[in-house]
Amino acid sequence: MTNPLLDRDRLKRRAMVSAVVVAESVRCVECGICSYNCPLGIDVRSRVRLGLPIADRACLTCGECVARCPRGTLRLETSAVFGTDATPDGG
Amino acid sequence: MALRHVIVGNGPAGLTAAETIRLHDADAHITIVGGEDHPFYSRPGLAYVLTGAIPEKQLVARTDKDYERAQIRRTVGTVRRIEPAGHRIELTDGRTLAYDCLLLAVGARAVRPELPGIDLEGVVTLDNLDDARRILRLAKKAKRACVVGGGITALELAEGLAAQGVETRYLMRGDRYWSGVLDPHESTLVEARLVEDGIRLHHGVELAAVIGNKGRVTAVETRAGDRLSCDLLGVAVGVQPRLELAQQIGLPTGRGIWTDETLQTADPYVFAAGDVAEVLDPATGRRGVDSLWSIAIEQGRTAGENMTGLHRPYRRPAPFNVTKLGGVTTTIIGAVGSGGRDGDLVTLARGDSGAWRERLDSFAVAADTGVNHLRLMLGANLIVGAVVMGDQALSRGLQHLIREQVDISLVRDLLVDQAAEAHQVVAALAERMVSLGTL
Repeated sequence: MTNPLLDRDRLKRRAMVSAVVVAESVRCVECGICSYNCPLGIDVRSRVRLGLPIADRACLTCGECVARCPRGTLRLETSAVFGTDATPDGG
Repeated sequence: MALRHVIVGNGPAGLTAAETIRLHDADAHITIVGGEDHPFYSRPGLAYVLTGAIPEKQLVARTDKDYERAQIRRTVGTVRRIEPAGHRIELTDGRTLAYDCLLLAVGARAVRPELPGIDLEGVVTLDNLDDARRILRLAKKAKRACVVGGGITALELAEGLAAQGVETRYLMRGDRYWSGVLDPHESTLVEARLVEDGIRLHHGVELAAVIGNKGRVTAVETRAGDRLSCDLLGVAVGVQPRLELAQQIGLPTGRGIWTDETLQTADPYVFAAGDVAEVLDPATGRRGVDSLWSIAIEQGRTAGENMTGLHRPYRRPAPFNVTKLGGVTTTIIGAVGSGGRDGDLVTLARGDSGAWRERLDSFAVAADTGVNHLRLMLGANLIVGAVVMGDQALSRGLQHLIREQVDISLVRDLLVDQAAEAHQVVAALAERMVSLGTL
C-alpha cells in the first residue's frame, strides 16, 4: 500500500515534468513579478510579451511564476512533447 | 524619403505604436517624447512596488538597449505646442521636432477634488513612478493615512500604505466599495479582505477639508464635522485625459480626443491612442474612453499600423481587466455595471472602462463556490458581461464568449434556472469552443 502523501507528491512531480508554462498575453501588464520570482532568472515577462511559451530548457516548471502572477496570466499546460500520449516523432 | 513619426507619450499606447511602426517600416525615423525620465515601465505594477512585492527596478519592461535595438529615439521633454501647419512640435526647452505623422498618447492624470487644503504636502495621487517613490518616502515617516476615492487605484493606495506599516483608513462616500461596477456581494467580499489586511473602513463619509500645519497634512475634516488625524491623504477620485495639446490646436474633444476608427483625429496627420483617446465605434456611432492597459496596447498597435499607411480599423473589444481587489484576483469583462452612480469617483478611474457601466438589457446570474465568485450578465442570447473572483479558470473562456458574442440560447435557460451550476455550464461551453478550435 502506498503512502497517499508520497503518491500525491509523485503525481505532482509527474505533472510538472510533463508540463510547460504558457501565457495569455492579453492579461499581462508587464509588472515583472514572474521574472523576479523565477529561481533560475528566466526572463518570463519578455516571453509572455512575445506570446511564447516558457519553453526554456532551464525551466523547472516549478510553478513559481504561475502562482505569483497577480493576474492569472500564466498556467501550466501539458506539453504535447512530454505528455504521456507523445509518440517518438513528437506526434 | 524616410517618414518622421513623433510620438508624445512613453506609455503602453505610445511604445506599442513605435514598435509597430518599426515592424512595418525599417527606415522610418521614430521619436518618442516622454514626460518622465524613465524607460518604459509597468504602471499597473506600481501597486506591487507599494506593497513591497517587487523592487522598483523590476518594473522596467524595456531598457535603453531595447530602444536602441528597435532604433526608437527616446527623449525626455514636455511639449509646449503643436504647429499643425508646419508639422512641428515645440518642447518647453525650446527644441523643435518635425513630423510627418504625430501620435498623441499622453494618457490621463489623477483628478484632485476642489477642497480646502488639497495642495498641502502629504496629499498624494498615484499616476506614475515618481508618485510611487514620493508615497514610499512619505510612508516611512507617516503613522496614519486616509484614502478617499474608488476603483482600483484607491485600493492600491490603501493596501500599499497598510503594507508599509501605516495605520490606514479608507473613507467611502457611499455604503459600499465601487458600487458602479461591483454588486453588493462583491463589494462585501473585497471589503472583508481589506479589513483582514488591517484597513479601517468608513462608509458614508465625505471630506470637507484637508487640515494642515506648516504646509503639511495633519488631519482631514468630514462634512459631518469629524476630524481624523493623518499625515498622509491618498486621493483616487478618477482620471482626466490630458487634452490641453489637442485643444490648443482646435482638435474636437469630448471626454477624450475624438478619433475615427483608425485612431486618426480631425487632423489627418495627428493620431491619438490610449487613455487620452475617445474612439468612434462606427457600428454604434458611439464613442468610448477606457483607461486600460490592454486597450492602450491594442490602440497603440492600430495607430502605429495606420501611421505607416495601412488602413486598419480598430474594433473596440468588450473591455476587460484583471486585478487584485483586496488580494482577490478579479476579472471584469463587458457590461457589468448596476447603472448606479458611484459617489467615490467623479470620473473614470484608472484600470476602468466606461463600457463596464453601460446598462444593457440584461440580468445577473451569480454563483459562489467556496472562496470563488462568478457573476454573469445575461442578455437575450448572449453573455454581455461577467465578473470572476478567485479561481480564474473560467475567465479565458468567458472573455471569448463575451468578445465574440457567442450565441448561448441553448444553455440560457439552464443558466437562469440553475445558477449554482453556472461554473459547470460555462466550463462546458469553453470546452466546446476548444474542441471546435475557436479557443
